Order: sequence, then structure tokens, then C-alpha cells
Amino acid sequence: MSQTDVRLDGSAEVRTEREATPGSAGPRPLRPATAQPEPGSYYGRPVLNEPTWQAADIAGYLFLGGLAGASSTLAAAAELTGRPRLARAAKTGALCAVGGSLYSLIHDLGRPERFVNMLRVFKVTSPMSVGTWLLTAYGPQAGCAAATALTGRLPRLGRAATIGAGLVGPAVATYTAALICDTAVPAWHEGYREMPFLFAGSAAAAAGGLGMLAAPPDEAGPARRAALLGAAAECAAALRMERRLGPLAEPLKRSRLLRAGEALSLAGALAGIAFGRRSRVAAGAAGAALLAGSACTRFGIFRAGMESANDPKYTIQPQRRRLSRARAERDLQ
Amino acid sequence: MAFDLDEAIGAGRVGFFTDTSVCIGCKACEVACKEWNAVPEDGLTFTGMSYDNTVGLGADTWRHVAFIEQRRPLGHQEPGLNDQDFRWLMASDVCKHCTHAACLDVCPTGSLFRTEYGTVVVQEDVCNGCGYCVPACPFGVIGKRERAGGGTAAKCTMCYDRLGAGEEPACAKTCPTDSIQFGDLEELRERAERRLEQVRASGVTSARLYGHDTGDGVGGMGAFFLLLDEPEVYGLPPDPVVTTRDLPAMWRHTATAALALLAGMAAAAWLRRPGTASTAGASTTADSTTAALRAWAGTAISRRRA
Repeated sequence: MSQTDVRLDGSAEVRTEREATPGSAGPRPLRPATAQPEPGSYYGRPVLNEPTWQAADIAGYLFLGGLAGASSTLAAAAELTGRPRLARAAKTGALCAVGGSLYSLIHDLGRPERFVNMLRVFKVTSPMSVGTWLLTAYGPQAGCAAATALTGRLPRLGRAATIGAGLVGPAVATYTAALICDTAVPAWHEGYREMPFLFAGSAAAAAGGLGMLAAPPDEAGPARRAALLGAAAECAAALRMERRLGPLAEPLKRSRLLRAGEALSLAGALAGIAFGRRSRVAAGAAGAALLAGSACTRFGIFRAGMESANDPKYTIQPQRRRLSRARAERDLQ
Repeated sequence: MAFDLDEAIGAGRVGFFTDTSVCIGCKACEVACKEWNAVPEDGLTFTGMSYDNTVGLGADTWRHVAFIEQRRPLGHQEPGLNDQDFRWLMASDVCKHCTHAACLDVCPTGSLFRTEYGTVVVQEDVCNGCGYCVPACPFGVIGKRERAGGGTAAKCTMCYDRLGAGEEPACAKTCPTDSIQFGDLEELRERAERRLEQVRASGVTSARLYGHDTGDGVGGMGAFFLLLDEPEVYGLPPDPVVTTRDLPAMWRHTATAALALLAGMAAAAWLRRPGTASTAGASTTADSTTAALRAWAGTAISRRRA
């Protein structure tokens, strides 16, 4: 229905009897609440893009890399102190673990040849590039050490490879801490002071656990002591990190995986020291608990980081605090 | 501070100045970007977030127009909603092409590189899809485009191909209100200062520049903004810092931890050697004590070095 009458002479006249003039029905009722931007963020959306890494690949890689590196060091130490069976077990474990970590890495990349893309450059600004070269140096030595130990051939080459892998091992076990800390993910980045020690401790505990599980108890003394040292270092580093991070530690404190990891590591290490020498079954159980504990810790750290990336408050609030602090200091001057 | 944080970006650096005070939320920039760069579809979902169904930047979204509805006055403007105050903030977000770009620093293949225009671009054929750049970006810009056989990272190139031909990027070219301005970065910064004064003088006291300061945590952004509210309201981090700024400290802590692991393992093995543990004579006790002391000293020295 038209509101104007158009007449033959072409002029138009607005009807006067229009009923629905704007505002004639009184004030409009407020529309039902729609999605309102939350104060302090854009509709509660994360500021960061979620890491595309899959937990099974990357958290698994963190665990296996740590296990491999620390096992190689344990193997070298065992070989040099005359514990051949512990050395052989640790070397075999290291080879399996580095194989598994390579599989995880390549599964994450999609195709094996994509690993080669990373051998084009060496960049100290990229922990992944540094890690690629560490793995390239470490993998063949770990493989050679295990192969010579299992076949009994070329003992001199085997010893050189064992020592080489044992020296590179700690770097392989700890560089992954720099890998995840060198991101904008708040819980990972801000924890960079303690993360390498947490990872080193967790790796030592896992390697100790593997030694207890696979080597006879009379040779597994270093494994038991490494597990105890490692579990203690892991828990101390985690505690310190949670204290230092303040509100940002919430995802870490909430994580059941991290609590389970700490409990399993400590229980395994203490059980190993107390009963591992006397009972093969106890040593095996303690070793399994240590391995599970280390895996739980790595998956817990991974999940906590993802959680902190997906909630904008963990990105925005620390930055706000930093800005206010800087402003307050400027005002004082 | 080592690393390529000190990298000097030569003269002729170009950039975007996005003046959100004149953005009308038409999304022509989103469309032009998709069309020019043949960016795939990025999900057709209804979000209920005002007029924004694009949600945020990612592998398949290189321009994103944010819509924020606020019950607050915009300068001296009358919203025409009886006595209600209302303002609509719109802003077209894009890759910041940071001076210190975390994505570029952490890329393990060299796929991400700095162009002759001072922009940051992904080379798709070099990228191996490791995804490290995605959590490295403090703005949540870059994403990984999944496809069969493994994805690759993707983000705004500031229309690298158009720059080479002397053209401005597609989004800036199409912007009907000149909210997106492209040009020499130095000149844009001066223009932005003048515009900020003008907007503030007209009563919008909440206006501020974001990303123009070369002293900020990313060394200044190649794409910066005039905003009318706090950055986080638009989904931008208030004080972004390039993660690699702390990398030297991370490496120091990592090296210390690695040495401690080595020392700890040595101590665990040499503290008690086989055959001597049960018959702990005076000499072996002394041996193991020296070994323990050595291991402890090693840790202490490495700590001090850190």
C-alpha cells in the first residue's frame, strides 16, 4: 500500500492519516540480549590462533625425545662404569624412542621428505631448526650405538657412538623446552626459566624408569638414582614455575595430568630406590610408573599451554599488567 | 641482543594505515583479498557476533572486519536511538608485518622471508607445514591451510605480486572510504599522527594509534591502526612482544639444564661403581666422593655461567 497519492498532474501528496509513524507505539522494548562483546576481549574469542599441533604427535614427541636423549646419556655412563647390560638396555630404549619421535615429527609434517626442507638452513632463532640439526647429529649415533651393542660387532665404533650420543643426548632432551617456550602461548612462554629443568628432570626420570624396567637390578643402580634425581628436579621445577607465573599458572594448577605425572614420578622413583634392588617385579613396576609419569607430565604441559592459548584472558591480562606497571614507573619519574 | 632482531629493514618499507574511524564495515577488503589472492572459503557459519561471521584471521582469512556494538557515545554524534547512546566500531584487521616478526624468526625452513618492501611473506613451496609460526604469532594472524599430503602456512602477503607491478594491495585499492591506506610507512606514520589530532579534536577522546611506535614489543608494525577503544576490544593484544626477544635467555636456561642432566647422570653412575658398592673400602669411598664433588662442581659452574 502506497503512502502517497500520485495525481494526474504528476504532483504527489503525502497522506495525512498514516497510522504507523515512528515512535507512535511508545518506546520500543529492548531487543532480547544478543551476543555482547565481553568487556576486555572480542566476544571472548582467543587473541592467538590455536597451535595446529596434535597432542599425540607433539606431546608424544616431547616425551620420546626426552626419553631417548636421557637414555643415551645413561647408556654412556653405564658403559663407562662397567654395566654392559644396563648400557645395552638403555641404548635399545634410546633407539626405539628416537625412532618413535621421528615418526611423530614426520606424522606432524605430513610427508617424510618434508623433514629435508629443514636441512636447507640453520637458524639459531628457530629452536625447531636447532632441534632438527641436533636430531640429525644424534639419531645416527644412537642407532649405531644400539646396533653395535645388539650385534656385538665393531665394539670401538660402538663405544665412540655411545659416547657421542651420550653427549648430544642432554641437548636432545632439553631443546624441546626452548621449542615450546619460544611461542606466544602464555603458559609456555612465561615458564621459560623453569621449563628446561622440568624437561631435563622428566627425561632423567623416564630414562631411569626404562633402565629399571629393562636391566637387571644389580646393574640398575644408576637408573634408580637418575630416576630419583630426575623426579625431584621435575617436581621442584614445576612447583617453582607455578609459583612464579601467578594467575597464569591456573591452567597448570588445574591440570590433572600434571598432578598424576608428579605423583607417578615421585612414587616410581621412591619405590625404585627402596625396593628396586631386591625385587625385579618392584623395579619393573616402578620403572613403568616413571615412564607413565613422564608421559603424563609432557601431555599435561602441552594441554595447559593449549588451554592458555584458547582463553583471551591469559593473553590480555598479563600484557595489561605489564602496561600499567610501565605507566606507573613512567609517572614516578 | 643477537639474532636477526637487529636486522635492518632497508628504505622503501611500505605498509598499511587502517583508520578505523572511517570504516563502514562493508567488507569489500575481505572480498577483494579473497578474489585477488584466490583464498579458499573459510567456513560459512552464523556466529551471532554482530555482523561478523568471519570471526578472525587465519590461513584462509587475510582480512577480517571486526564489528563491536557499544552503548557509548561516539564523539558528538547522535545515534538517533531516542535517548540511547550507541556506537558501532568497525575495524579491518590484517597481518601486521612486524619489524621483529616471530613467525619469520621461528620458521625452520626459511619459507617465511622479509621482502624488499619490508613485508613478511610465506613461500608455499618451501614451507613444510611444521606449524611453528602459528603459535609464535602474538596476534593470531598466520594459520596452517590443511590439505591432502600435509598443509602449509598461509597469511597476508600485502599482495606481493601487485607491489611488484607498482599496484597497491587489493584491500587498500577497493576500500571505499580510504579506511585502509597503503603507502610508504614513514609517510603513513606522519599522516596517522595528523589524523589522530583531527579525530581527537572532533570529540573522540578515546582515539589512539596502535602499532605505530617503533619502540613497542615487535619493533613497530608494518600495518598499524587508529583505534577508537582499547586494542583488546578489537581482539588485538594490548602489548604484544615478539617471543624471540627472550630466546637468548631460553637458550641459556636450556644449556644449563642440559649440563645439569649430564652431570646428574654422571653422578648417578660414578657415585657407586659395580663391585665397589658392597665392599666400600676407604679408597673407593674417596673415589666416589671426588666424583660426586666433581659432578656437583660442574653443575655449580654451569649455573654460574648462566
